[in-house]
Amino acid sequence: MAETNLKALGGLLARQGILVAFVVFMIAFALWNPRFIEIDNVFSVIRSSAILGVMALGVTFVVIGGNLDLSVGSLLSFSAIVVLDLHETPGFGPALAIPAMYAMTMGIGAVIGFLVGYLKLNSLIVTLGMLSAIHGLTLTWSGGQNMDIANQQETWFGIFGRGTALGIPIPVLMFGLLAAVLAIILAKTPFGRKVYAVGGNGTAATFSGIPRARVVFFTYIISSFCVATAGLIQASRTMGAQNTVGQGMELEVLAAVILGGASLLGGSGTVFKTVIGVLILGFIQNGLLLAGLEFYVQFVVTWIIIILAVWLDIATKRGKLWSPIA
Amino acid sequence: MTTDRKPALRLEGIVKTFPGVRALDGVSFEVYPGEVHALMGENGAGKSTLMKVLGGIYQPEEGRIFVDEQETVMTSPLQAKAKGVMFIHQELSLANELSVAENIYLGALPRKSFGRVDWKMLFDRTDAILDRLKVGFNARTLVGDLSIANQQMVEIARALTVNARAVIFDEPTASLTDAEKVVLFEVIESLQAEGVGIVYISHRMEEIFKMTDRISVLRDGSYRGTLTTAETNEDEVTNMMIGRSLDLSRNHAHAELGDVALQVEGLSCHALFQDVSFEVREGEVLGFYGLVGAGRTEIAETLFGLRTPSAGKIFLKGQEIRIHSPIQAIQNGISLVPESRKEQGLVLGMSCRDNITLPQVDDMTAGPFVSDGAEISIFDQYRDKLEIKTPSWRTAVGNLSGGNQQKIVIGKWLSMRPEVLIVDEPTRGIDVGSKAEIHNLLRDLAKQGYAVIVISSEMPEVLHVADRIVAMYHGKVIRTFTAEEVTEDSLIQAISGIEGGKAA
Repeated sequence: MAETNLKALGGLLARQGILVAFVVFMIAFALWNPRFIEIDNVFSVIRSSAILGVMALGVTFVVIGGNLDLSVGSLLSFSAIVVLDLHETPGFGPALAIPAMYAMTMGIGAVIGFLVGYLKLNSLIVTLGMLSAIHGLTLTWSGGQNMDIANQQETWFGIFGRGTALGIPIPVLMFGLLAAVLAIILAKTPFGRKVYAVGGNGTAATFSGIPRARVVFFTYIISSFCVATAGLIQASRTMGAQNTVGQGMELEVLAAVILGGASLLGGSGTVFKTVIGVLILGFIQNGLLLAGLEFYVQFVVTWIIIILAVWLDIATKRGKLWSPIA
Repeated sequence: MTTDRKPALRLEGIVKTFPGVRALDGVSFEVYPGEVHALMGENGAGKSTLMKVLGGIYQPEEGRIFVDEQETVMTSPLQAKAKGVMFIHQELSLANELSVAENIYLGALPRKSFGRVDWKMLFDRTDAILDRLKVGFNARTLVGDLSIANQQMVEIARALTVNARAVIFDEPTASLTDAEKVVLFEVIESLQAEGVGIVYISHRMEEIFKMTDRISVLRDGSYRGTLTTAETNEDEVTNMMIGRSLDLSRNHAHAELGDVALQVEGLSCHALFQDVSFEVREGEVLGFYGLVGAGRTEIAETLFGLRTPSAGKIFLKGQEIRIHSPIQAIQNGISLVPESRKEQGLVLGMSCRDNITLPQVDDMTAGPFVSDGAEISIFDQYRDKLEIKTPSWRTAVGNLSGGNQQKIVIGKWLSMRPEVLIVDEPTRGIDVGSKAEIHNLLRDLAKQGYAVIVISSEMPEVLHVADRIVAMYHGKVIRTFTAEEVTEDSLIQAISGIEGGKAA
C-alpha cells in the first residue's frame, strides 16, 4: 500500500514536477520569511516580471514553431536605445518615435524570420549571430553612449512604464492584454494551429499543404513585436537606458518558456503555461533576494533552473529519471 | 522440435503493466538452439513491449528470464548483449561516419600498448566475420556508403562478434528488396546451423512460413499459443492473431469506370524517372509496382508538387495543370497519403481531430477563430466512415496503432474530397487485420468513384487491390498490366528489368 502511494506520488511528480517544486518552494520561503507572500511583494514580483514576460510570450511562438530565438535580449537593448534616441531627435517626440522603433525592431525580426523560415538556416546559429550583430548595431547607433530623456516632465512617454490604470501598473496591464490576445491567436486561430503543426512535424506540415516558411517567418515577426513592446516599457520606465540593458535576458526568457513546459523540440507549449513559467522564475529570483543572497547569484540559479526544467521535461517523456537510451 | 535440449532463451510468465494497461499478461515463450521461432501479433499485441523487457529497457513486474536455463535479470541492452541476447532492429543504430569494423567493435576495439587501437587486428577480425556472411563490402567501408540491407548485415555481423545465444530479428525485411531478402535468409540459416536461437518478428506471412520452425502468437498482451509451422497454415495463424480469417484473393471485381481523372504524358524528373505516361479513371485503382528506387514515390511526389518535373504534361479531367507546390496540388484535387506515416503523414503529438482537419484548417473557421464544432463534425464523419478506433478526438495520434494512424491520414485526405487519391505504401508496418481493412477501404473508395493510385512494394497487395498495374524499373514504365493478364512471374520479370514484359 505504502509502495503504491509512493508510486502515485512519483507519477504526480513526474507529470507536474515543475508546479509541485514551485509550490514546495513557495511554502518553504513563506515559512522562512512571511514577507514573501505579502500582497505588495506579490504585486512587485508581477510588475518586475512584466518585461521578461512580454518577451517570453513572443518566444513561446518561436519555440512551439520548432526554433530558438537567442537574439531577444540584444534586440531589447536595440529597441530601448532607438526609441529613446528618436524621442530626443528634434521633430520626433513619442508619437513618431514609438511607431518608428516598432518598424525597425520588427524589420530585424523579419530578417531573422527570412533566414530561418525561407532560407531554412539553423535558428540557433542565426539568432546567436544576430545577438552579436544587433549589439553592434545598438552601439553604433548610440555611439557607445547611454540614452536619457532630458525633459522628463514634458513628455507622456513615461506612461508605458510608470503609469497605472484602475490601480494596475500599465506594464502589468500590457503584459496581461498581450498574453490574452496571443493566447487566443495560438489556441483559436488557423495560424496558431499551423505553428503547432510546423513545430510538431515540419515535414508532415509541408505534406499537408501548410506554408512552413511563412509560418516560421511570422513566429519571428510576433517575437520581435513583443520585444519592441518590452523595449518600450523598459525605456519608458527608466526614461533612459544603457546599451546593455537586455544583456543575458535571452536565457531568462528561454528558461521561463521551458519552465512553462514548452518542448525545445517544438510542437508543444501554451501562452498560459509560459505566463506560469515567467511567474515561477520571478518568484524564485525574488525569494533568493529576500533570503539575502547576492543579486548575481540569480544568474547561476537561472542556469540551474534551466537544466532542471530540461531534465524534468525529458524524464517525464521517457517515464524515468535516467535511461541508457536517449 | 527437439525438446531434449535446453532452450537457448526462455521467458516465463512475464507481466508488465503501464498505467491503465496490462501490456503483457503472463507471457511465456522459449526458443531452442538452432530454431527459428516466429513471434506474431497485431500492432499493440505486446511484441515490442516483450522485446523491451528482454532488452532490459523495461523491468517486468512478474516473470523470469532464462538464458541457457540460467536465470537472468536484464537491466540494459548492453547487459543483454553480454548475456548473449542480441537485437537486430528495424531501425538501425549505426554510426554513419565510421567504418564497418569500427561499428561492429564499437566499445570493444582491440587495443595495443598505450591504449592505441590495433587497426590491423580490427580489420582482420572484421573481414573474417564478413567472409562468413558473404557480403560485398569490407571492413574499411564507411557505413554511410552502404545500402540499408548491407547496414543490416553490419548489425548482424555485430551479433556474431559475441557468443550470441539468441538473436532477435525485428521486422528485418521491412526495407529490403527481394534480392537482399534472399541474402538475409541465408545468413539466418547459417546462424541457425551454428546453434543460435532465432526469434523472428514479422507481419509477412510468406516469410514466416518460409523461414520459421514454430510460431507463437500474442494477442492483447497475452500469450495465445504456439504452432508448429509445418502443421499450420495462414488462416489458422491469422485466426489466432485477430480472431477471424481474412480474404486475400486477387482482385477481379471491376467497378464501373468513369471518365479519365488524371492523365500523365511523358513526365520526367531528371535522373529519377523518365517519360512516364499513364492515366487513371474515376472508379479505378491503378497500382504502381517496382523495386525500391524504381521511381514510384518520386512520381507521386512530383504529382503532389514536392518535386518539379523536367518534362511532360499533367492533365486533370482533360485540363492541363501545372503544380509547383503541395498547396496547388491540393487545390487541384490531388491528395497524397505519403510513404512514411510518422515522418510525412502525421503530427504525432497533435490530436486525431487536428490531424484530420490540418490541410483545411483555414476553412474550419467561424469568424477569425477555428470552430470546434466544424472540426469535430468532420472528425466524427471520417471516424465513422473509416472505423477509426480512438478513445476520443483529443487523443494524440502517436498513441494509436499503425492501422488507425494510417486511417487518420487517409481520412485527412478524403475530407478534402480529392479527384485523385495517391496512396504510397498503404500498409507498411501495419498488422494483418488492419491491412485487410485498408485494402477493402481502397476498393470501396474506387467504387464510390474516386480515382485511386496505389504504390506498393508488396506484390500480393497490388494484385489484390489494383485494376491495372504499372510495372516500373529504373525510372521507366516497363509495362502496364490489366488484372486479367497479369501473372506473378510476368510482373517480377518486368520490375527486374529481365524482359520488356510480354503478356502472360
